[in-house]
Amino acid sequence: MIAHLTILQVVIPLSAAPICVILKRSKLVWLFAVLVSAITFLISLALLQQVLNTDVISYQLGGWQPPWGIEYKIDKLNALLLLIISSISTIVLLASQKSIEKEIPQDKHTLFYILYLLSLTGMLGIVATGDAFNVFVFLEISSLSAYALIALGKDRQALWASFQYLILGTIGATFILIGVGLMYQMTGTLNMLDLAQHLPEVAQTKTVYTAYAFIVAGLCLKLAMFPLHLWLPNAYAYAPSVVTAFFAATATKVAIYLLIRFTFSVFGFSFSFTTIPLQTLLMALGLAGIFIASISAIYQSNIKLLFAYSSIAQIGYMIVGFSLATAAGLTATLLHLFNHALMKSAIFLALGALMYKLGSVHIDNFKGLGRKMPFTMAAIVIGGLSLIGVPLTVGFISKWYLVKALLAQGWWPIAVLILLGSMLAVIYVWKIVEAAYFYPANAAPKQIEEAPALILIPTWLLVLANVYFGIDTSLTVEVSKAAAESLFGSTP
Amino acid sequence: MIIGLFNYWIVVILMMSGLYIVIAHGNLIKKLVGLTIFQTSVFIFYISIANIEGADAPILADSINQYSNPLPHVLILTAIVVGIATTALGLALVVRIKTAYGTIEEETIQQLDNQSSQSKQNNDAKEQA
Repeated sequence: MIAHLTILQVVIPLSAAPICVILKRSKLVWLFAVLVSAITFLISLALLQQVLNTDVISYQLGGWQPPWGIEYKIDKLNALLLLIISSISTIVLLASQKSIEKEIPQDKHTLFYILYLLSLTGMLGIVATGDAFNVFVFLEISSLSAYALIALGKDRQALWASFQYLILGTIGATFILIGVGLMYQMTGTLNMLDLAQHLPEVAQTKTVYTAYAFIVAGLCLKLAMFPLHLWLPNAYAYAPSVVTAFFAATATKVAIYLLIRFTFSVFGFSFSFTTIPLQTLLMALGLAGIFIASISAIYQSNIKLLFAYSSIAQIGYMIVGFSLATAAGLTATLLHLFNHALMKSAIFLALGALMYKLGSVHIDNFKGLGRKMPFTMAAIVIGGLSLIGVPLTVGFISKWYLVKALLAQGWWPIAVLILLGSMLAVIYVWKIVEAAYFYPANAAPKQIEEAPALILIPTWLLVLANVYFGIDTSLTVEVSKAAAESLFGSTP
Repeated sequence: MIIGLFNYWIVVILMMSGLYIVIAHGNLIKKLVGLTIFQTSVFIFYISIANIEGADAPILADSINQYSNPLPHVLILTAIVVGIATTALGLALVVRIKTAYGTIEEETIQQLDNQSSQSKQNNDAKEQA
């Protein structure tokens, strides 16, 4: 059993999805999905434990030797990502039962859980696999179910957002497929480790440059890096609340993981950063993303749209850390990856609670809610403080490490820009605080009460995690550091 | 040079025209057609990689000494399935969009969306007044 944990991580949710069809009853399917997701969470914990002790787990599918057979490979980076995905998925699923009751018609509940589990499978698969082509297949499994999940939103805009995401997502994935094909053409292998060994021999050819360009462009589309982010705001804003909470925390993170994996492990650090001016390009686009997306966020009156733009800005921070190309910068990126997953899932789940009670997340509906729904609003405020980067929250930790990494390189003007970007977050978070706590309530006749406990408890679990990992950073910092250092160690 | 890379020129032409159709056309069905052409070009690309001059199909027989590489064929079979799934999902979405918006032209959908968000704001303003 223990030896097969790596593959069970992917196989369990994959085979659980069709079983949902048999169970049929909404509540039963929900319990089953939560159980499955919780199992993947426990497996990822076990894998992390194992990786911290032994370094790397390699699993050979069907017993075929690696460069020929498909290999699943877990190192510290994978283990961290698996933990993020499976934990957020479990907590979000807990809240989903109440939330989708209001947002999705009764007869589509079972389908919702099936799509959700498939999407989870795809993401876990992308992270677990050590095979470049497998990445593409799992990417499409998670994306195709994502398009359908977003289209389940109750406004008709959801359909249009889903279609736009489908077009751009498919172009991105096909770019990755072309890149993988070009790499295979040059080396004759698809195994990431094997590719890393063979690519340096042919590194100076145009084909390898083209392969890298296609892969980076495709991934940047998938991770919604500015200016390739156009699909994201509407997709997040009009999807059902729980879907937004899940994707905001995981989907783009998986793409960032792939960017790190391909840049550092497959093509190698020296190829990626010396032969191609990746550093300047990504640094500039990351900073532009922080500012332009934050300013767009300030002007939004739909709060889900506001936080969707804020997500693009947060991706900017991760890209800036990545473009530093130092172990410290990569540590900051990985920390922010983990921390941003906690903040955004907490905020979007709280918004889900508002959707449940009010049916809308327009800023005007927030007036006076600070008194009527104290727990929900407090969750949004703490999540917001975390986005700004106030001490004692996780946001502070990741920004602290990012600024420290920038200063270590002597790039203080960029550190100043990062801090200015955080000031923009203060403005859009304050907008919500002002509406919720400093205005009298709308003269609405119906009594608004606190959201049901089944949504509040998962939300607060995430909020408390925001605070806990902001105070006790030993786990997150240790794992991020170890992962970043091993990535630099493995490159020649 | 041009003749020798004939396959790859076809791939490039198909890829570019596919992408052009996706970007330039406002009709959702045409967009999907463009997307399919774009994906198909990649299928041809993979199959071209596998080809070896003078080699036969990978079938075990005494008379054959040199085989084409079967792996890209297997890979692209998976990608074809993915492509079909994408097209099917896209077409299903177009059907839903048609019933929800009454049109499948990008511009009109955009306009309808803008109108509805504006009317929402107007309603909110009225409520406040």
